Amino acid sequence: MGRYEFIPGVAIADLAFEVHAESLNELFSLSAQALFDAMVELQDVRPEHEVRISLTAEKLDNLLFDWLAELVYQKDLDAQLFSRFEVSIDENRNCKLEATVRGEPIDPARHQLKTDVKAITYHMFKLEKKENGYYARVVLDT
Amino acid sequence: MKMKISEVEPGVWEIPPTEKPGMRVPARIIATKELINTMDEGVFNQVTNVACLPGIVKYALCMPDGHWGYGFPIGGVAAFDLKEGVISPGGIGFDINCGMRLVRTNLVLQQVEPILEKLMDTLFELVPAGVGCKGLLKLNKKEFAEVVEEGIPWALRRGYGWPEDVNFIEQGGGLPGANPEKVSEKALSRGMEQLGTLGSGNHYLEVQVVKEENVFDWETAKKFGIDRPNQIVVMIHCGSRGFGHQVATDYLRVFEKAMPKYGITVIDRELGCAPFSSPEGKDYHAAMLCAANAAFVNRQMIIHRIREGFEKVFKKSAWELGMHTVYDVAHNIAKVEEYETNGHPKRLLVHRKGATRSFGPGDPELCPVYREIGQPVIVGGSMETGSYLLVGTKKAHEMTFGSTLHGSGRTMSRTQAKKKIHGRQLQEDMRKRGILVKTVSYTGLAEEAGLAYKDIAAVVDAVHQIGISRKVVRLKPIGNIKG
Repeated sequence: MGRYEFIPGVAIADLAFEVHAESLNELFSLSAQALFDAMVELQDVRPEHEVRISLTAEKLDNLLFDWLAELVYQKDLDAQLFSRFEVSIDENRNCKLEATVRGEPIDPARHQLKTDVKAITYHMFKLEKKENGYYARVVLDT
Repeated sequence: MKMKISEVEPGVWEIPPTEKPGMRVPARIIATKELINTMDEGVFNQVTNVACLPGIVKYALCMPDGHWGYGFPIGGVAAFDLKEGVISPGGIGFDINCGMRLVRTNLVLQQVEPILEKLMDTLFELVPAGVGCKGLLKLNKKEFAEVVEEGIPWALRRGYGWPEDVNFIEQGGGLPGANPEKVSEKALSRGMEQLGTLGSGNHYLEVQVVKEENVFDWETAKKFGIDRPNQIVVMIHCGSRGFGHQVATDYLRVFEKAMPKYGITVIDRELGCAPFSSPEGKDYHAAMLCAANAAFVNRQMIIHRIREGFEKVFKKSAWELGMHTVYDVAHNIAKVEEYETNGHPKRLLVHRKGATRSFGPGDPELCPVYREIGQPVIVGGSMETGSYLLVGTKKAHEMTFGSTLHGSGRTMSRTQAKKKIHGRQLQEDMRKRGILVKTVSYTGLAEEAGLAYKDIAAVVDAVHQIGISRKVVRLKPIGNIKG
């Protein structure tokens, strides 16, 4: 089972997290969870509304950057938060991502909001294949 | 890695180019001995990375509020040759033209204190804040493109503010060269419903008081309309919201692909850049100016709502309440400005990331009212410790490419701050100390606790002592809306 955690000593003004996962699909899904965990108590976000996302990128780490950046964009576009992420990655040739994400519009009365994420940064950005799976580190501009 | 750093003149510390392979110029940090000793290592690493960028002129700088950011340190200033130099989103920040606006009133504490709660409730209702907040204007992409191309004149034409406001906004709040055609559809659609919103993080709206003992220079203060003890002022800190963030995200990816074409390699991917004279560089500059204009309009819309809020509570017009703009400054931007280089005036591209323009007396950029005294410099502190109004100086023009600090600067990460203090407790403690805080997020509030920041008096003293701006007034918070 994979996991993510926020790491305190990496970015002072911003938020950083790292993810350990057994598969790429899990790595991308957990990274998305960490992203929204920075913004809201995830258990309060009902997976009622569905958005499909398709992306391609020249490299796997760019695909992770674009995936998280796309979610930040979707959050602002319709003022909605997401809590469920089904991700399918195809590494062949151009890296390809197909995902279905589920969430609901922001409701300040019911959602315990935290800090807004403005953007994904390249600062200390990392995606690595390890012996037992994958590792990623992301610094969020907040 | 510990780097060699020495005080080359009082308050100016230098890391020589021999300390890191690739440094083209020295790195300079403006700080007192106490501040330099407590500065995080990330600052030294990042400011020396900036010193490696192509076309950098004289030195890479960091202000005393400097702390570890991404790409440039926050508090970073660097000027680039227009032909040989680069433009970098990492030297501006994702929140393009994040900045400060200060508005004065003719009210005094005794008039506001009894109805502060009602005032803060009204402002909290009128100014949307927090994650995903939406503004009250429904614009389509075409209309929003007009806003970002024009800036403040658009807002004033629509009646959001007073015609005189334009005189008290950096460069009139309408930066020439903004071209919405260089902005993605995504950026336009992300930003078009966010005008007039505070956002989140360290963004805030604050009602403050001028205590007599906190006025350092009455003569200059009066020129800025601060003319009586216990006067009430309003400060806002926010930027271009999702629009600017998307512009920066888009161009970071564009630059990453473009760099090999121009033979540029950078130490940190976040310093992705392109020659300012290249098509990619020009496009980003035109898009960045759109985001800067959007931020000026965003602050203008918020001030418009604040004036409405005061009118509602005090049953007088904002004009009668004397709610004039003192000034509006950008602290995340890159601008073409003229400085003396090798004995000749030269136009340079000055990046300021978490740094404020600090133009001194006589500068033709300043509106006639302030031309003889210098530009107001608004320094936002933490919501517990207060803020400052300073004035720009000629020395800043000579030493720091017309720049000074922008805030107090963090010392503790958001994650650490949340572990140290709880938002509700902090709110209660602050109420007891006479600061009424309203927030949509208690964890967000904890992250902004005063204990997470440097001592603002110490960082302001550092720029005052070296003379790159002068202290005018310290402003004490009494009511805060945290984004």
